[in-house]
Amino acid sequence: MQFFGGSDISPSPPPPTASGHNAHMMYIFNRSGICLLYREWNRPLHTLNAQQDHKLMFGLLFSLKSLTAKMDPTSADKGNLGVPQLPGQGCSFHSFRTNTYKLSFMETPSGMKIILLTHPRTGDLRESLKYIYNLYVEYVVKNPLYAPGTPIRCDLFNTSLDQYVRSIS
Amino acid sequence: MAAIYSLYIINKSGGLIFHKDYGSAGRMDTNDSLRVASLWHSMHAISQQLSPTVGCSGIELLEADTFDLHCFQSLTGTKFFVVCEPGTQHMEGLLKVIYELYTDYVLKNPFYEMEMPIRCELFDINLSQAIQKDRVALLGR
Repeated sequence: MQFFGGSDISPSPPPPTASGHNAHMMYIFNRSGICLLYREWNRPLHTLNAQQDHKLMFGLLFSLKSLTAKMDPTSADKGNLGVPQLPGQGCSFHSFRTNTYKLSFMETPSGMKIILLTHPRTGDLRESLKYIYNLYVEYVVKNPLYAPGTPIRCDLFNTSLDQYVRSIS
Repeated sequence: MAAIYSLYIINKSGGLIFHKDYGSAGRMDTNDSLRVASLWHSMHAISQQLSPTVGCSGIELLEADTFDLHCFQSLTGTKFFVVCEPGTQHMEGLLKVIYELYTDYVLKNPFYEMEMPIRCELFDINLSQAIQKDRVALLGR
């Protein structure tokens, strides 16, 4: 990795499974539930205003996580339902599917949550989310003008994200 | 190892009316299963609100780290969901079979009150047969 102008992102992006563009939208939340980034590519239906929508999404993920932690059939000691869990603690989930969309979810060890909504018949996107996290590290965290915890406004990140998301199916 | 960990049936207002455990570690007590059931009911409803396109009918499959949760909602709003090992196939079919058993042995039972907990012996018997059959089919593959 070069110090300046290095554009190689490790690891290399997972190969696209098919060409197409069926991503609906993406959210990035930090550990305290602030929406750092919201990108929308194809969303015909808006039921709520943006702020309410972000809150509802974060609440859904938070509750689903406590549900999966409580339901985990492989561990005997699961604690109480609804007690907040640290990132990486307890049984989490990586995606859910409805008849109209698929939501893929990743939580980093620092508690940042990356959420990608795609077409319901999309395959496993865990590697893609990791790659998006790498993009975030390269273009946002390493940007000296970016203050942690504030909404992301980095053109380079947005363009490379758009480009990458268009390539996944 | 069991392919299916547990089965829940919740009524249209989110109340747990049937729960059966097929060998998950650390059994949940009754209060916890009631809470989990009503939590699932609300998560199902919220997922419809967040849909980017019209016509969303809620979560069908939740993939967690250690289990998969398959959910089927009937037209009347009763939800059936099974918790199974990750990657278990044909769960939609099993849920349809369970729904059929529910209509045959619970709804057609004259002593059953709608939306109340299910206590029907014939349903229990046929359900365990259906689950057993499913397990045998899995072993055969």
